[in-house]
Amino acid sequence: MNAFWALLIRDMRIALRAGGGALIGAVFFLIVVVTVPFAVGPDLKLLGRIGPAVLWLGALLASLLALDRLFAADHEDGSLDILMTGELPLELTILAKAVAHWLTTGVPLLFVAPLLGLMLDIDPAAMGPLLAALSVGTPALTFIGLVGAALSVSLRRGGLLLAVIVLPLTIPILVFGVSASDLASAARAGFGPAFTILCALSLASLVLGPFAAAAALRHGLD
Amino acid sequence: MAMIELANPTRFLRIVDRLLPWFAAATALILAAGLVQAVQAPDDYQQGATVKIMFLHVPAAWLSMVGWAVMTVAALGTLVWRHPLADVAAKAAAPIGAGFTLICLITGSLWGRPTWGTYWVWDARLTSELVLFLLYLGVLALYWTAEDPGRGARAAAVLSLVGAIDLPIVKFSVDWWNSLHQGESIFRAGGPVIDASILWPLAVMAMAFFLLFVTLHLAAMRNEILRRRVRTMQMLQAQEAKA
Repeated sequence: MNAFWALLIRDMRIALRAGGGALIGAVFFLIVVVTVPFAVGPDLKLLGRIGPAVLWLGALLASLLALDRLFAADHEDGSLDILMTGELPLELTILAKAVAHWLTTGVPLLFVAPLLGLMLDIDPAAMGPLLAALSVGTPALTFIGLVGAALSVSLRRGGLLLAVIVLPLTIPILVFGVSASDLASAARAGFGPAFTILCALSLASLVLGPFAAAAALRHGLD
Repeated sequence: MAMIELANPTRFLRIVDRLLPWFAAATALILAAGLVQAVQAPDDYQQGATVKIMFLHVPAAWLSMVGWAVMTVAALGTLVWRHPLADVAAKAAAPIGAGFTLICLITGSLWGRPTWGTYWVWDARLTSELVLFLLYLGVLALYWTAEDPGRGARAAAVLSLVGAIDLPIVKFSVDWWNSLHQGESIFRAGGPVIDASILWPLAVMAMAFFLLFVTLHLAAMRNEILRRRVRTMQMLQAQEAKA
């Protein structure tokens, strides 16, 4: 387990120190959300209604942005080969990298989200469920994105290909995430069902994502 | 015949060359019969003649799922058994499956306009089928961007296995959620609820579409094998020219 923690801490250090750019994700999140009022107009009533959905889309795009470098950077300097031949099973290696990725890109979003919620005039009563849903749902975005990151590193093509592969798979997270954080639909069906399904999706992707990504890496990099 | 005997591409090509004309002829024949029956089928008492869109829509929807199922099995063949033709089968199935998915979406939307009053709704069945189409496009994008065919095939195999999650969602979406799309009316406990006068042409059309898929798939697999041979020969030629 020492290797697991060592890898996790290493990845977090790389992300947080010079050249890592973990906070760029949070800034990107901020900018995506800020562009929305320019696109749909500054009508606070409308913004308040679509606010949770805008925050979810921003979180989705921001976590996608950083996934590109998850394995690619390690692949370029050769450390991925060392990690793959190490004693730690590849699935756990990937899990450590994924957790580090979420801690450095997903968690900052949670801190920015209340501020953006204020700017979008989201009902304060909705902010609690929204934050709960985001904190449960963003790990799933990372774990699903792992598969795309592993596939695109073996093909040496990132960016657009990653988005094309990952975005369709994240639709369920978006559906249940938004319906858990939306007061109107929560009043209809209750916060519970959507939130528990979101938790289930997150846990399932926690189990399946590392295995699929490990398979992709093993078969892709010979 | 064991699957292993098909592993030899030359033997496979010989078998395909022998089978393909028969499959093509059977497809043409049954498709013609199905179309005649479909045209002669009575109009629905509510929908009128628009019900005939079903004869294209439903088989295409089934085949869109069959296409991904073929890719999933082929993905296991690639990753687990390392069957040499499995990735050819998966690559050949992807564009065909995407085509059937598109036909399903377009005919469905044309059918939706007169019956539901809208071309598109964000409904569970429609959305999950659209996601299936996007997944097909993702797999195709993987094939387009892969420089090395083998590597692209293994990447696509992993994505096929992951994307197979969408198949049960498409299938059961009408049972799990309240949907504008009608519920399961053919493969259900208690037998189909469609009148025999419409069910029979539908069954014939489904058979025709299935044969069409098999024909196109075998032909596409043959083309892919030949394309790879051409590629190998070109590379050898380039090497000789350099030497």
